[in-house]
Amino acid sequence: MNRRIYGLETEFGIIWTPDTPGKKTLTVQNVVMYLFREIVAGRMYPDVFLENGARFYQDIGCHPEYATPECDDVAELVAHDKAGERIITRLASTAERRMRNDGFYGKISIFKNNLDTPGNTYGCHENYLMERHVDFRQLASQLIPFFVTRQVFAGAGKIKPSHRGYYAISQRADHIREEISIGTTTARGIINTRDEPHADREKYRRLHVIVGDSNMSEFSTFLKVGTTGIILRMIEDNFIQQRFALRNPVKAIREISDDITCKHPIELQNGKRFSAVELQWQYLECAKRYLEQAESDSTTTQIMARWEYILTCLESDPMQLDRELDWVIKWKWLQTYLGKRGFEWDAPQVKHLDLKYHNVRQEESLYYTLEKRAEVERIVKDEQIRHAEHFPPERTRAKFRGKFIKKVNEGKILCGVNWSYIQLYEPYQILYLSTDPFKPEFDEASRTIYSI
Amino acid sequence: MSTEKQQEHLKHPVDETEDMQPDVGASEMDEEFVEDLDTLLDEIDEILEEDSQEFVENYIQRGGQ
Repeated sequence: MNRRIYGLETEFGIIWTPDTPGKKTLTVQNVVMYLFREIVAGRMYPDVFLENGARFYQDIGCHPEYATPECDDVAELVAHDKAGERIITRLASTAERRMRNDGFYGKISIFKNNLDTPGNTYGCHENYLMERHVDFRQLASQLIPFFVTRQVFAGAGKIKPSHRGYYAISQRADHIREEISIGTTTARGIINTRDEPHADREKYRRLHVIVGDSNMSEFSTFLKVGTTGIILRMIEDNFIQQRFALRNPVKAIREISDDITCKHPIELQNGKRFSAVELQWQYLECAKRYLEQAESDSTTTQIMARWEYILTCLESDPMQLDRELDWVIKWKWLQTYLGKRGFEWDAPQVKHLDLKYHNVRQEESLYYTLEKRAEVERIVKDEQIRHAEHFPPERTRAKFRGKFIKKVNEGKILCGVNWSYIQLYEPYQILYLSTDPFKPEFDEASRTIYSI
Repeated sequence: MSTEKQQEHLKHPVDETEDMQPDVGASEMDEEFVEDLDTLLDEIDEILEEDSQEFVENYIQRGGQ
């Protein structure tokens, strides 16, 4: 599949803190209710589609979740993922004003990470539309070693107590318990088997990936999704001939996460031992051979160049990537800060700063403080993100949905919306099912809707 | 969208500082760097102005997906 639908779902962590310490606080549930109030007026449940085609809703565990619209380009996906951060930030400002009117003076913090202080986890799920014909066992066996090792560039970094080695590459690695599983709240797997394509089931399946971290770095998101897309193309075309099967993938994902030098060797079923970076080189070399004979485009070329650059740096010294990769950027600035300010690694200020890296409210965020000072590499421009806040992607089904939602919001139609359908309630009940996510227009529905 | 994007320079920025601007003395550049770093650290102090211990202890979520 040369052209693919990509989507990212991000569950945010959220907390409200009163301006006066010790004052009565609001529960997470209350804060989330305030957050949604602006956009769910009159609805039973906080779950809405937005004019940019995205879905914003309350997920399991009271997490606000932003699901990007269907994108067919990875850079565009990065812009839409960032647009989600900006939208939730705006909602937080409005919510704070409403709270003050109700007598609650304080601040909402919103974190795009995957862990709270006691170690509860919440996810960032990647979605890839795939060709249905691929044998699932083969898909899983070729993807597992890739997912276990890609954390060396996709990890978001996590502080550990000093007696346990200070720092780990991935936030999610310790929460992965199975190789393959359907569970998303317990017994999470490297491969998740949820398969709701929101499209023609005969042609497509959906690959729902729950093993990865949430990324602040545009570069990490771009590479995480981009390389995975290329691997999927090779699997669909039955191109990968090497056997990378690991002896114990669940153990390996933790061991790799625990070694910030990226040198730790993991054992394959055939007895060979490779580091995560060496295994990634094998996938990259395979992708190069694949693209010598398959169609490419400018985004693919950029993904390949960055992938190679990252692996080259990881091989010599991962700490060189302190402008590109979340886990390295955060490590560098935690180290610099605590060194200059004389804090011990176990000090609450360090843990606090770790959280602040992931705060999506820019004035409260370590990541955005660095971005503002050009200390991190970007993939998209601010204009592209601003555009994505209001407009859907042009080449996918999201375009029609976005246009439709705009009409709904103007109060002109009463309806229900989901990824693959639009249900009209008035003037007559009719359901428009859309099974082709690559089709930006929906003529039949348009004719009815725009004649109302 | 992707075509509008600039092809980013893939060289690590640290490598580029080596032969940069021959007319600026090394010490002057160091000073500038230290000043920049100090300002950035001050900004980080500002984002950490609330009680770290309390904030971190209170940050409890329910597990998600």
